[in-house]
Parts: sequence; structure tokens; C-alpha cells
Amino acid sequence: MLSIKNLKASVEGKEILKGLNLEVNAGEVHAIMGPNGSGKSTLASVLTGKEAYDVTGGQALFEGKDLLDLSPEDRAREGVFLAFQYPVEIPGVSNINFLKTALNEIRAYKGLPNLEAKEFLKLLKEKQKLLEFDAALANRSLNEGFSGGEKKRNEIFQLAMLDPKLAILDETDSGLDIDALRIVSRGVNKLRNGKNSFIIITHYQRLLEYIVPDFVHVLYKGQIVKSGTKELALELEEKGYDWLKEDSHETEAAEILLPR
Amino acid sequence: MSTDLDILKDVSTEEYKYGFTTNIEMEMAPIGLNEDTVRYISAKKNEPEWLLEWRLKAYRQFEKMEWPSWQNFEMPSMDLQSISFYAAPRKKAKLNSLEEVDPELLATFEKLGIPLTEQKMLAGVAVDAVFDSVSVATTFKGKLKEMGVIFCSFGEAVQEYPDLVKKFLGTVVPHTDNIFAALNAAVFSDGSFVYIPKGVRCPMELSTYFRINAENTGQFERTLIVADDDSYVSYLEGCTAPMRDENQLHAAVVELIALENAEIKYSTVQNWYPGDKDGKGGIYNFVTKRGICKGVNSKISWTQVETGSAITWKYPSVILRGDNSTGEFYSVALTKNKQVADTGTKMYHIGKNTRSRIISKGISAGEGQNSYRGLVQVGSGADNARNFTQCDSLLIGDQCGAHTFPYIESKNNSAMVEHEATTSKIGEDQIFYLNQRGIDTEKAVALIVNGYAKEVLNQLPMEFAVEAQKLLAISLEGSVG
Repeated sequence: MLSIKNLKASVEGKEILKGLNLEVNAGEVHAIMGPNGSGKSTLASVLTGKEAYDVTGGQALFEGKDLLDLSPEDRAREGVFLAFQYPVEIPGVSNINFLKTALNEIRAYKGLPNLEAKEFLKLLKEKQKLLEFDAALANRSLNEGFSGGEKKRNEIFQLAMLDPKLAILDETDSGLDIDALRIVSRGVNKLRNGKNSFIIITHYQRLLEYIVPDFVHVLYKGQIVKSGTKELALELEEKGYDWLKEDSHETEAAEILLPR
Repeated sequence: MSTDLDILKDVSTEEYKYGFTTNIEMEMAPIGLNEDTVRYISAKKNEPEWLLEWRLKAYRQFEKMEWPSWQNFEMPSMDLQSISFYAAPRKKAKLNSLEEVDPELLATFEKLGIPLTEQKMLAGVAVDAVFDSVSVATTFKGKLKEMGVIFCSFGEAVQEYPDLVKKFLGTVVPHTDNIFAALNAAVFSDGSFVYIPKGVRCPMELSTYFRINAENTGQFERTLIVADDDSYVSYLEGCTAPMRDENQLHAAVVELIALENAEIKYSTVQNWYPGDKDGKGGIYNFVTKRGICKGVNSKISWTQVETGSAITWKYPSVILRGDNSTGEFYSVALTKNKQVADTGTKMYHIGKNTRSRIISKGISAGEGQNSYRGLVQVGSGADNARNFTQCDSLLIGDQCGAHTFPYIESKNNSAMVEHEATTSKIGEDQIFYLNQRGIDTEKAVALIVNGYAKEVLNQLPMEFAVEAQKLLAISLEGSVG
């Protein structure tokens, strides 16, 4: 589904991603961990087309299409979704109106007609129920006055509504208390259907107790330096990242472990 | 690489969509302005002597007055001796029904989305259409008349209801008020007249559509709305004009009178030609709008969506004379390219327990300049007067400007006056967030702007709220994607 090869990217002339490789197949959950400043959020931003980031080398193919060549909205319409670390507030725009616009834009891109009001409401109710999402939140202005936890839950609710092929969760667990973390994780697990894929960016192993990944990668200094299964996350929790920093020349060896 | 900044630039320099002209034979007053011009117009309208005298008095006043200098833009030079003050489609004898209206004119309004044939009308909206200097058609007259509601062109009102006109004309906006009001009183050609009798709730929205078509003319219409005791009316006006390189002057006067327990809701969707992206051409919109809450418990509410005109200069105001009366002002003003808007309101609290509410939302894009100017005045007898003012500014790009000039004068210690103001910018983060959900930048900007203006748009009658939303979106539309 997603194939990233030797991806290099910089912000304001400073290189952050220094030849990153990653293969994500349909139905897989990949966790990306790493210390602060290793390039985790940069990866999310580059994949979704945020303006401040310049791609200086390599490629990212999404279902065979050159992702980096598409506008941000077209990447979204192709099925790449980012659950933001810091969702913005848009005053006066109702969550529902926003979701309807987004859904219909994506449908138009696929040559589908607009969803009728009745069908849309049905879908809305269905997903609200699935995620135990408060109907009152759906009716409010987009993220306006939402608590940190409510904003994160709203991201997952949007994920459910838009049903993308690939969802990137950028530190969705940050700022969540344990209850909120559970609710958000339960939501993500319910949305897994064997065909859609997830990239979960996180600092902590804690989230991975709830959303069990198929693969765990360690991002360090703009490269994936180690890949493994969920046990790797536990090992990281125990030992920290320092032992990897010494071994970062093992990059090539790590690549062999990548799923094909 | 196309940056957000470029897109915003495109978005904020979109062309005007109502810029076509109608080719129709016009009857025009000789170029220039003098007492004979005033006499010419009055004679054309077959007016009684008292009205001619009233006009001439206004004209003499006008001659003594100076152009204003306090506004937040440089007053353009206007050569009133080079334009014609009266332009009417020639064919007009007295029209008895819509079938007699020139098909070319009907087609023009059709093209503007204002169908005048009644069977095609939006349910429940009566329309008066004013083309240059004259009203060409008023719909649903018969139905309204059954209830005693008078809705007709100003010219017709002068002929048919001279006593009503004489009683109220100039009582809210005297010709001495300002130079544009004096000019209007001298040369006004048509407009709408509304009278709602005692105890009647007007069953449909009343609407006037103003269209400037002819070259080298101005439009000077006058609207007078009287709501008698215990009555209610909701009124809406819309306006467009062709694209021309010359600036054209529009100097209207609107007077509203609400008697005991009466309510008038007045909404404007103003989309005069704003000029091109370099600021060439466009309408100079210098308008005086004022209402008086004369009776106890009366209410006047102004809602305006201002997207057009090269210059907008207007301060729809309310005189709160009756005890317990309420005045409201809801405004969205959008300026882009080189447009200028200096707009706001005045609330004069005179009666006891009077309340006023001001919600102003300015949107500046391109090199547009947007000023809010407001006055809240509390007289010594206005015990327990209350005012709440909120004035917000939204900036799109970094070439535009937003300014606020709030004035408060209170002579009564029991008055409570509140003022809140915010300034914000459409953030790249907001646009990216919406992009990431599959929404392109153009739609994203429209969504954000409509969200920002929602509190005001919600005040518009339903059909027009949808129109206004589209208008805001179109006004900001660019050649994106």
C-alpha cells in the first residue's frame, strides 16, 4: 500500500529525514517510535503534504501513485488520513457541516455523487455509536472549546467517518488520561478491518498495549534504525533508546527485518 | 511550488460575476446638476408641488455642504457635473401588469437570479425591482393589498398615498443630515415604500432588488418603511451593477419608522461592482440608513452583508426613542483587492430600558481596508440603557488592513455599555487541516469565512442566508486547482 524509499526531507534548510525506508501493506499496523527530534512528526507532515517541508530526495508510493506529487487534498482523497497531534479549532464551522463537506469532496474525487442527507445522518449515527462518540460534540463547532481529549476523540471520529485506506496517528496518545486512551484505542481497534492500514507514531509503549502493532520501528536521526515486532516496543520501554544510538550503523541490517 | 500565499492571493482577487450590461433604450436627464435637474426629475415623476419644494430646499442645502473628511480613506473626487441624475428604460408608460414589462428587463433580472414572474417566485417573497432610476416591477401587490400592506415603488406611493409619504418623508434622515442625504433628497428618483397597518404581521418577506445599468449615471433611491402599532415586517434589499471603468455613485437614503410594539427587520445583501483588481472602476456606495423606534417596545434590526462596491460608507443606525425599545446591528463586510469599507452603526439611547446589540464581522483580503466605526450614545433620560458590542476582524493574507473606531458617549450613570473586539488571521494550519480532510483551499477559505460570519448570517431570512453564504464564497473564489 505504502512504499517509502530513501526519503529525505528538510525544514528551513535543515535535513530531518535522512533516507527513510518503510513498507506498509494492506491491513497492517505499524508503530513508529523514537526519541524527540528523530523525525516522527516530520514523516507524518511530509506524507500528508504540509507546506513547510521540502522533500529533497527519495520517493513515497501510495498504491503505486507518487504520493509526493499530489496536493494535500488529493492525498486525503486517495485515502491518506492524518490524526493530528494538535487538531486546530475552526470557530463557527459545525463538525457535521465540515464532515459532510469532506466526505462529499472525497466522493466527488472518486466520481461518486454526494451522499444524501438521510444516508449521511445514518452513517453519522452508526459511527457515533461504534465509537461511543458524544452526539453533542458532533453538533458543536469544529474543535472549538474542546478539551485535549475531546479533540483527539474527534480525530478518531473523523477517521471513522472518512474511512481512509491509511491512517497516520501522530502522537494521538499525548495528553490523554488513561480512560481517554482506552476509549481512543478501542475506537481504532474497532475500525481495523483487515484492509486498512495504520501508522501509529508514539513516544510510549503504553498505547501499543491497547493497539497491538504488527511491526514496530525505531526512528532515529531521520532513519529507521531498527524494526521488529511488538516485543521491540517492550524492549525500548525497558532500555530506552540509548543502546540503539550506539548501534545506529546497523541501519542496513535493520532493513532486512522490514516486512515485504 | 504553489504556496498557500499564492492561493490566498488568487482567492482574494476573483472577478465579479454580475458585470454584464443590458442594452435597452434609456431616457436620461441632461448631464449635470443644478436646480433645473431637480425640476426635471420632479416633472418626470409628475410630483406634487410640495415635493418639488422639498427637493429644492434640499438642493440649496446641498450646495452649502462640504464632503466629509473624517472617514478612514481618502475621499475620491466626484464630478457631479459630468453625470446624469436620471435614467429610465424608455418604453415605460404606466405598467398595469408584469406582462407589460420590457422582456429585456425581465431577462436581466432573470439572469441575476431575480425572477419577477410571480409563478416563478420563491415562495413567500415579494419583490420590487429598481433598474437605474425607476422601479420596473413589484410582485405580489394584490395579495399584500388584501391585508392592507402597501408595498410599491416610491414614485407610485407619492401618487397613490401622498399623505403617508408627506407625513413620514425626511423625519428620520433630514436632508440636513449629511451631504449625501441632501443630495439624495434633491435628486432621488425611485425606491420602495412600505406601510404595514396596525396589528398586521406581513405574511411574506418584502424585497427590493437594485440594479444600476446605464453609464455615467448615479443611483439615488429612497426607501421608506413605516410599521404601525403591533405590526411586523421583514425586508431585504439586494444590489448589483455592470463592470465599468468609471466609478459610479450610489447615494441612497433609507428611513425606518417603528411605532408601538412594532418590529422591522431590514436585511441588505450588497454586491455592487467592486472595481477590478487594480482598483479601477466600481461603485462608490455612500448610504444613509436610519431607523427610529418611536413607540414603546418597538424593535429595529439591521443585518447587512457587504461584499461589493469600491467604497462603502454606511452606518445603519437606530434612534431608540420609545421606552423598552431595541436596536440591533449585524454586519459582515468583506473587502478584497483595493476595496474600502468604512461601516458600522450608531445607537442613540433616548428612552428608558432601551437595549442595543452590535455584532460586526469584518473580513479583509488582498489589499482591502476594512473599518468598523460605531457610536453608542446614551442620553440623560435613558435609565438602564444596555449595549453590547462585539466587533471582530478577520485578515486573509498580509496586505490588507482592519481598523476599529468605537465611540461611546454616556450621560446616564445607570447605563451599561460593553465592547469586545478581536482580530484573527486565517491560519495556514486551519487550511492544511481542512486540506487533509479532502477539502481544497478555496472551499476551505469559504468554510472558515462562513463559520466566522455565521452569527450574522443566521440573522438573515433562510433563503437569503443561503444566497449570502454563496456570495461570500464566490467573492473569495479564485482560480485554484
